[in-house]
Amino acid sequence: MDKLTISHSPHVHGRFSTRSLMKDVLIALVPAVIMAVAFYGWAALKLLVISVAGCVAIEYLIGRFLLKSPGSISDLSAVVTGVLLALNLPSSAPWWIPLVGAVLAIGVAKMTFGGIGQNLYNPALVARVFLLISFPVIMTNWTLTEPLVSCTIPWLQGQVDAFTGATPLGLVSEGLKSGIAVPEIMQQGQFTWQQLLLVSLGGSMGEVSSLALLLGFVYLLFRRVIRPTIPVVVVATVAVLTLIFSLINPARFTGPVFNIFTGGLLLGAIFMATDYVTSPMSFKGQVIYAVGIGAISVFIRYFGSYPEGVSFSILIMNSAVPLLNKYCKPRRFAGEVRNG
Amino acid sequence: MKSSTFPIGGIHPHEWKFAAESPIEDFPLPEEAAVSMAQHLGAPAEPVVAKGDKVLVGQVIGRATSFVSAPVHSPFSGTVKAVEPRADIAGNMVMHVVITVEGDEWLPEIDRTPDVPMEVRFSAEEIIAKIKDAGIVGLGGAAFPTHIKLSPQKKAECLIINGTECEPCLSSDDRIMREYPRQIIMGARLMMRALGTDTCYIGIEENKPEAIRALGDAAAYWPGLQVVVLRKKYPQGGEKQLIDAIIHRRVPSLGLPIDTGAVVQNVGTALAVYEAVQKNKPLIDNVFTLTGPTLEVHRNFRVRVGTPYSKILAFAGNLPDGPCKLISGGPLMGKAIANIEATTLKASSSLLIITGDMVPRNQEMTCIRCGKCVEACPMGLEPYLLNRLCRAGGRQDELEKERIYDCIECGCCQFTCPSYIPLLDMIRTGTAEVMKIMRSRPKK
Repeated sequence: MDKLTISHSPHVHGRFSTRSLMKDVLIALVPAVIMAVAFYGWAALKLLVISVAGCVAIEYLIGRFLLKSPGSISDLSAVVTGVLLALNLPSSAPWWIPLVGAVLAIGVAKMTFGGIGQNLYNPALVARVFLLISFPVIMTNWTLTEPLVSCTIPWLQGQVDAFTGATPLGLVSEGLKSGIAVPEIMQQGQFTWQQLLLVSLGGSMGEVSSLALLLGFVYLLFRRVIRPTIPVVVVATVAVLTLIFSLINPARFTGPVFNIFTGGLLLGAIFMATDYVTSPMSFKGQVIYAVGIGAISVFIRYFGSYPEGVSFSILIMNSAVPLLNKYCKPRRFAGEVRNG
Repeated sequence: MKSSTFPIGGIHPHEWKFAAESPIEDFPLPEEAAVSMAQHLGAPAEPVVAKGDKVLVGQVIGRATSFVSAPVHSPFSGTVKAVEPRADIAGNMVMHVVITVEGDEWLPEIDRTPDVPMEVRFSAEEIIAKIKDAGIVGLGGAAFPTHIKLSPQKKAECLIINGTECEPCLSSDDRIMREYPRQIIMGARLMMRALGTDTCYIGIEENKPEAIRALGDAAAYWPGLQVVVLRKKYPQGGEKQLIDAIIHRRVPSLGLPIDTGAVVQNVGTALAVYEAVQKNKPLIDNVFTLTGPTLEVHRNFRVRVGTPYSKILAFAGNLPDGPCKLISGGPLMGKAIANIEATTLKASSSLLIITGDMVPRNQEMTCIRCGKCVEACPMGLEPYLLNRLCRAGGRQDELEKERIYDCIECGCCQFTCPSYIPLLDMIRTGTAEVMKIMRSRPKK
């Protein structure tokens, strides 16, 4: 002992750091990434690598040459954005799509607002929506790429054979447009529980397996990285609304199970809506935010021109976060103030 | 027994109760001791001895000067070497009575026999007077004079004895509960008499099963006393959290515990009350943990007030090279020691030694708005927002609206912050400014 250090309390710190939290999010994404690479093959891995490298490179370059500040890439948040961006792309996308996405996600949505902690909108989703609007054909080209695992599983083989180039939600949307009722579309689509829960092909890379996403969710809860509030409320809202609609008019509206396990709902609810920076602070705020995401998703799916609505609904609710933070205070310890 | 806890916020730090199995030992008397006259918040005591005076153990050396004040007794026998200002642990100059220790001669009226008299022989007024004369202060940390807490302005409905010891590392309360359960129960009974209440809850966290058993057995003989097992969570030992956990009532903002009908006293205080009332022994020593997360030595000592920290540090063995942090108190709310020649106070509970990686704070990073501080705050505040307003400067009206004055400085927010933001440092400065403004307002 040669010197005494003094400081105010507390003198110990918990196990969380920004880096450790981001690392846990990455670990939670591993099952989804494995499923994506297994079922979409090297094409998926290529996009993933380009996306992550692009996001990290853009963050580094902006920090180094524009902001001239010590880099923030070591906190791993750019890596998380890169993985999430890739999981929101179709595996058939050309190599430059994730690069454009990285510029939009990190350059526009994150760094122009001041970097980590400052951005109003989820970077990966800003990029996805921008790409979807700018390159609609590329972003909805669900042609299957060569998988790493052979599709010998019977129900999966059926899925590949029956594959017509549309996602389940896309099929429903197309079917309804040509005047077919929902039960018939369901019959044609041959949606099985294996497809909904285990492996569903056609769609963004991250939407392959609901089970893989749920595994990640359990890990995030176990490590206390996130609280269950937002994902659970989003899914519950979707469940309740779709149940009501499908009971009122089963020919027109799809039901809860179909809606929860298709499209990007789980990916969005678990990994995008829970983004710290762009979600509310207090429990009450988080509930309102999550109800908003669930409800807007359902309305876009039912009544919008896009078959998918989760990305838009999260971005819309992102813009409400500052207001929710201002007006939704946590439950104070003491309700009353003595002596006014 | 069903275990309960406080409902809002809180954290689960490492327990690090390495000293829990070390029995209490008497700490050797130092050659020279310095007894501070400022043992607690409020007015310091006034020295009543001068250089050259002979003193005995238990003799008054400092007299209480105002209502919120307690006398100071000599913990040693010997000669007064000086009455002079000396630096306390933080380096502030405080009046001390410096004693050259000679032998260990006690005042004759102090009962040093091992008997444990269990009958309440005094009236409420007599008990409070004896507590006041014995210079007893709250040993939970704040060191508020006990006789004032036992004379509340409203009728107390219950007494709560705080045996939670929720801070990591500390084991002194655990040890006294195991080794002096009957004395603590007797102290609680005396305080029940003083308060005129027939209900007493003793809150202990479930990680101290032996203490729960010992006090449960000792309490079983007497009506009205009940041990309440609490789930492990920091800051359970905070007065407001403990009242909430046990009787499910909330102390109002800017209010006092008695607004809920409860008076909270630490187990150490209960032991001191027993010794003062039943054995005529003033508060001259307390049980003290010497420990550290990386240390090999973990001991509990009965240390006399006025013992230099350097003497206690000598028992810690060899410390590694490089900077160390010495802390008086627990790792979450304790005070860092700047001056190791400073001496222990009545309410000092530990010398905690932190070495290596844990010494420096980590580099602060940008807030990522994760909300973990909001989740952790046991008062339901928004530390990230308070931090931002404090740093912006001049936002005291908003800080007041956000109830910054509710902060109990437990440190949960800063402990949990993944960006290593010194939230509590900022909140402390903001609270000081807001309280100054609030106090300057005319009373309604």
